[in-house]
Order: sequence, then structure tokens, then C-alpha cells
Amino acid sequence: MPRNAPSKDIDTSNNERLMRYLQDLHQADHPDPSPEHAASRFHTGRVPNGRQSGNKPRLMLMGQRRSGKSSISGVVFHKLPPSETLYLETTTQISQSSMHSFMDFQIAELPGHIDFFSPDFDQADIFGNIGAVIWIIDAQDQYLDALTQLLNTITYLAQEWPNINVEVFVHKVDGLSEDFKNDTFRDIRQRIQDELSDLGYDNAPVSFHQTSIYDHSIFEAISKVIQKLLPQLPTLESLLNSLCSSCRIQKAYLFDILSKIYIASDTSPQDTTSYEVCSDLIDVVVDVGEIYGWARPPVDGKTGDQRTEFNNHACESMVTMEKKGHKYLYLREMNSYLALVCIMSDDNPMERKVLIDYNVGVFQEALSKVFQWK
Amino acid sequence: MMSTGSSSKRQKQRKVLLMGKSGAGKSSMRSIVFSNYVAKDVRRLGATIDVEHSNIRFMGNLMLNLWDCGGQDGFTESYLTHQRSHVFASVAVLIFVFDVESREFNADLINYASIIRALYEHSPGAKIFVLIHKMDLIASQHRTSMFNERSEHIRQVSHDEGFGGKGEGRGKEVEFWGTSIWDQSLYKAWTRVIYFLVPNAGVIEGLLRQLADVVEAHELILYERTTCLMVTHISRPYETEGNKHPDRFEKLSAILKAHKQSVAKHTGMPAGSANFAELQIKTGEFMFLITRLTENTNLAVVLPSGEARYNAARINIALAREQFGELDIPTGKSVQRDRAAEAAMTSRSYDPKMYEEMMRRHQDEDGERVGSSYG
Ligand SMILES: Nc1nc2c(ncn2[C@@H]2O[C@H](COP(=O)(O)OP(=O)(O)OP(=O)(O)O)[C@@H](O)[C@H]2O)c(=O)[nH]1
Ligand SMILES: Nc1nc2c(ncn2[C@@H]2O[C@H](COP(=O)(O)OP(=O)(O)OP(=O)(O)O)[C@@H](O)[C@H]2O)c(=O)[nH]1
Ligand SMILES: [Mg+2]
Ligand SMILES: [Mg+2]
Repeated sequence: MPRNAPSKDIDTSNNERLMRYLQDLHQADHPDPSPEHAASRFHTGRVPNGRQSGNKPRLMLMGQRRSGKSSISGVVFHKLPPSETLYLETTTQISQSSMHSFMDFQIAELPGHIDFFSPDFDQADIFGNIGAVIWIIDAQDQYLDALTQLLNTITYLAQEWPNINVEVFVHKVDGLSEDFKNDTFRDIRQRIQDELSDLGYDNAPVSFHQTSIYDHSIFEAISKVIQKLLPQLPTLESLLNSLCSSCRIQKAYLFDILSKIYIASDTSPQDTTSYEVCSDLIDVVVDVGEIYGWARPPVDGKTGDQRTEFNNHACESMVTMEKKGHKYLYLREMNSYLALVCIMSDDNPMERKVLIDYNVGVFQEALSKVFQWK
Repeated sequence: MMSTGSSSKRQKQRKVLLMGKSGAGKSSMRSIVFSNYVAKDVRRLGATIDVEHSNIRFMGNLMLNLWDCGGQDGFTESYLTHQRSHVFASVAVLIFVFDVESREFNADLINYASIIRALYEHSPGAKIFVLIHKMDLIASQHRTSMFNERSEHIRQVSHDEGFGGKGEGRGKEVEFWGTSIWDQSLYKAWTRVIYFLVPNAGVIEGLLRQLADVVEAHELILYERTTCLMVTHISRPYETEGNKHPDRFEKLSAILKAHKQSVAKHTGMPAGSANFAELQIKTGEFMFLITRLTENTNLAVVLPSGEARYNAARINIALAREQFGELDIPTGKSVQRDRAAEAAMTSRSYDPKMYEEMMRRHQDEDGERVGSSYG
């Protein structure tokens, strides 16, 4: 598994880079969504495939000042501990950062105070190559102004860039009581939907999420945002579904190991703790790997040969519970970026390990075809 | 045979006092280490009224008898006066917690002095661990100097009250640890306390070393299941020298504790009973296995890669459980050793004589040893 920290290149001061970035956007071209994907309303499957941008899902964070944009990109893409976001300073320019992983995710922040409609900005440069706009609303604050701005953005995008998904994060819900949280969420969604409907934009691709950087919810929400941009999602989902039924898996996730974003899961219903427990298992495996995965000196001249024999052993992990009737967890590295993590639905893995190994092998092979790995 | 060692098989109750000023963080660390709290939960704790007792069973018949003594002036006053002999008699360990942020360090020192004076009176053989706590509140570049400065003062006071130094009737050397509930330093300090208290660490290590040889392990780590505190470890010299994480033992405690909490949340079980039967991680570079060894302990095993070796190790550990179980559970009857089990110990034959010899030798010792690194 890769152990290097994600590359960190938030760079607000360097205008040259910013210009290059904006030019990059300009030269990109977009594949048309295939009919299969167009059927799903919000699944655009539109990974912008610019010549220079490669295969990078690009996200744009928007929202009022202090709503939490920099915190989100710090926590999700740079492993910034949530408590350290208290010291983040206001972002003054469009800033972007990227993470080199399974896909080179790119995430840009549009500062709250920038009026991107002004002639100083070329909107095509800003939005031309964006897959999704994530709009952050601070749920602990007054939000009516934010809703007005959000509405303007949605209607603008619906007219000019109808392929861009708008993902509304009702954010900082950690500080709220369960009731208040749900009421706030419902209120925000209702207001936006009513307004859009009045304006005749019922079909605008807008979705809503409840998020906080202090728990797993932000990772889940970002996962869902990114999934919608993957052209391969429907294929991955059906592969995972068939893996689940052949191995009696209750829930299966395909994770990006570094970011702990899951890029697909089977389509059975899930509760949030399923994602959490799987994501936490990745932590255990990566942390233990960091401690013990070092090249030891060869013993008796034997270890040298053995190393070549086992070096390609894909990382695998299994956790069985002591109490009978409890599920067990299974993790298997797919390549150096992706891992399959499953909650198995019975408590005796050993009996069917061969079956699991076989089916996971088949899955892995299908995966390499989908992504054209060598 | 085991039955001859009946005296050592009785449970050892070891009394541990947890003291220090009110608000120093005693109950916080107790809740995290022993009750599966996470660091951000401790804000909910109220001040401790009088003394809160908890009992924790460890390896080798060790029963930890923890006294969390509320630190408000009124209570301290009472410990030092009419409860004096009740509190300070037959103490094995005093853990004294200093709040590094305290603005009244001199008053804290005076308080400390009167506590250890009482300790010396009633339990002169007790061991003192001083924890300089809440180190997270000090900027990282000042931590070492702050720690050194504070411990020097405290060492001096300890010495004046009879602890440390050579000579007739001197108490044991005092140990100092900088701690914080926000990182693994807490586990590091408590691991030292546990190691000091485990009565038959020598025997356990002897058995573990044999097991390590049999399964060809890079490293074995024995830890208590509830707290995830390490009891002891056996490491090959190359692992001790070459591994870039000398703090891996307390790191592992923290990792396993977090995992336990995650599983508890998912299954809806209380964290105390969210135990896994087995955890395995196999990679091209190493293989890692955690499994239960005795009623209260788990064994983490780090092995070279290879399925055959891995499977043999799993079997050998299962077979060794019985021998370790004898250390854990007091039984009156003489123990029948499973012949098949012995035969299955493949790579090296297991020597019961050596084991008994170790047990006998150990009865004369008194769990006096303090942690060291093994090769
Ligand atoms: N309670 C809570 N606070 C959060 C959360 N996310 C961010 N914050 C806090 O919100 C404050 C502002 O966060 P930033 O990330 O700087 O906000 P921003 O949107 O980038 O602000 P500008 O750059 O000024 O536009 C910080 O103090 C964060 O700690 C959350 O999920 N919960
Ligand atoms: N920053 C920081 N705060 C801590 C740490 N440990 C404990 N605290 C805080 O210290 C406060 C007091 O902790 P307690 O554990 O209740 O203190 P106590 O020593 O048990 O107090 P008494 O029961 O009155 O003797 C809590 O609010 C904790 O949040 C630490 O390592 N770092
Ligand atoms: Mg910002
Ligand atoms: Mg207390």
C-alpha cells in the first residue's frame, strides 16, 4: 500500500500556477455521456478528460466565507486533523490542490467574497472543466443569504453549464442536536427545491448532504460526489453486486486507500457505520503496515529468494469477531491505490475462503479491464 | 509441577493509588485506558468524590486494584489524616499526576511531599510514577525543557522524602513520564506501570521467547485485551535495531483501541466486549496476526511472509495457549499437558523441564524487574 502522504500543493500566492491552471481548464474537452449513463439523472459520468488534465475529477468548493471550504479540502485531501482547521486563514484567491492517488483528484476553492460574475473573471475558465460544484452552507449560522447565493449559482449553472452537478453540503452539523439538524436540513432542501420549481428548474442536478469534518460524514459525502463523476460507476456497481451474491457479502466497498473515499459500493442499502467500520479497518492496515513493512536483512541467504516469491502478495486482512453471529471484515488490496473492503454476512470465513479468493480474483481481473490496468 | 507452585498461583492483588491535584486529569486517563472512553469524551467527567475503585485482571494472576483518589483539598486532607493508614497501607504503586499547566507548581510540590511522606510511612517499598500531564498544552519545542525542569524539582522533593538514592531504607527510584490523553504517550507510561506490576514477567517472557523461536517471529507482543496495554514483548535483535518505530508498542495500543471502538460502534456492542477473535494482515513484506492467548490477553505476532509459515504459527499459538493459561487461571489440580500439543510443536521441541525450572526460580523473585529490551 502506498504510504507517502498525499502531495500538498495548496498554493494561493503563485499567480503563474493559477494562470496555468485556468488555461488548463480552457483546453479541456469533455466526452459525451453514453446513453447508458445519461439514463441516470444525476450520474453524469463526466470525468473531464482534458488533454492536460488527464483523468482528474475536478471539484469546485463554493460557499460563504468561513463556511468550511478550506477545512473540507484540508481534511479530506491532505489528512489535516480536524482540530487544526481552527487555525486556517481566509482564502483570498481561487486556490486548487490535488491528490495523486487512484485518480488525481483536483479540488479548487472559490473564495466566498469573489463575485465570479464580474468581468474580471472568465467563467469558462472557472467552470469549463468542473465535474461538480460543492456548495457549503454553515448549518450553525444564519443561512438565508447563503441560500440566495446558492440559488443564483444553481440557476446560472443550469443555464450555462448544465452538466455540472450541484452538491449542497449542509455543513458543521456536529454542533447540532439530532432534531435541530434534521429540521435545518429539511428546511434548506425544501426552500431550494421550492424556489427552483417556481423558477422552472425542477430538473437541475442538485443533491443535498449532511456533513461534518469531525466524523466520517464528510468522506461519505465526497465519495458520493465523486462516484457520480465516474463513467465506470454502473459497471463497478454491478461487479460488486455479483461479488456480494456469490460470496455472501453483506456490504462491499471499493476504497481509494489514501483518501478513504470509496469510489463504488454494491447497491444494497447501507447504514453509516458500515462505511465507518470499513474505513477504520483501512487505518489499521495502513498503520500496521507503516510500522512493520520494512526491508529486513536476509537471514541464511533464504529471505532473499522468499522476498521475490512473496513481494507481489496483495495485502489482505481479515477480522473475525469473538461473539458468534457477528459479521467479520475482509480487506483485499486491488492495486496500490484501491482496496476492496467487505462486511461478510456470516461468521465463519475459513470454510469459504477458497471461494472468496476465487471470486475476488475474478473481480480484480474485471476491475483491471474496466480501468485498463496493465 | 504446577501444583507445587500453589502459593504463586493465588491472585496477586496489587494496590495502585492514582493521586494529584483536582483537575490534573486522573479520571480522564483512567477512563481512556480502562473504560474505553475516547479523548474527546472526558470533558463530560465530573470531579471525583472521595475514591473510585476499579479492578482489572491482567496476565499472570495480577489483579490491579486502582484507587482513583479525588484531588480536591478536602479529600486530600482526609487521606492524610483519619484515612491515612487505610489509604497508604500496602500500596504497590503510586501514580502521581502533575498538571503541567498548573500555575501553582510550588503548592503542587508541597502537596506531593505530604502524600509521599504518608506513603513512605505505610508502604516504604512502593514505587512512584510521576506523570507530568497535559503535555499537549505546551508548544512542542518547549516540551523537553519543561519536562526536565519539572521532573528535576520533583525528583529533589522525592529524594528528601526518602525515595530514590542509595543506602539503607531508601525507597525505590522514582520514574517520570510526560503524558497527554491526546496521543500515545499515555499508553507508554501506563505500559511501564503494568510491566512493573506483572508478577511473573520473567516466566512469561521465557515462554514467549520459545514461542517466538518456534514460529520464527520477528516480534511478539503480549497485551491486555480491555486496555490494549502491552504486558511485554519479545523482539529479534534486527527488529529492535532496524525498526524505525521505537514507539510502536504504544502506537499499537492506540491503533487497537481505536479499532475496538469502531467495531463497538458498528455492532452496537459495548466497547468492553467488542473483542475480535482474530485479526490478520498479510502483505508481501510481513504477516501480522493477533489472536487470544489467555483469558485476559491477546498476542500480536509479526512474521515473515509465507502462507505455510503463517499457518504453522497459527497452530503453534493455539497449542501454546494451554501453557500460558496455566499462568493465568488458578487451578488446584496438577496439569495434564496435552501430548499431541507437544508433538505438534514442530520446529523445535518444547521442553517442559525448562518451563518448570523457570516457574520455580520465579517463586523466589518478587516481580521487581522493570522493563528492558530483549534480543
Ligand atoms: N464545528 C465545525 N466547524 C467546522 C467544520 N468545518 C469547518 N469548521 C470551522 O469553520 C471555520 C472556517 O473554516 P474555513 O475552512 O477556513 O472556511 P472557508 O470556507 O475556507 O472560509 P474562507 O476561506 O474565508 O472563504 C474554521 O474555524 C473551521 O474549524 C465542521 O464540520 N464543524
Ligand atoms: N489538554 C488536556 N486536557 C486534559 C488532559 N487530560 C485531562 N484533561 C482535562 O482535564 C480536565 C479534568 O480532568 P479530570 O480527569 O476530571 O481530573 P481529575 O484529576 O480526575 O480531578 P478530580 O477528580 O477532581 O481529582 C478534563 O476537563 C479534561 O478534559 C490532557 O492530556 N490534555
Ligand atoms: Mg478558505
Ligand atoms: Mg477525578
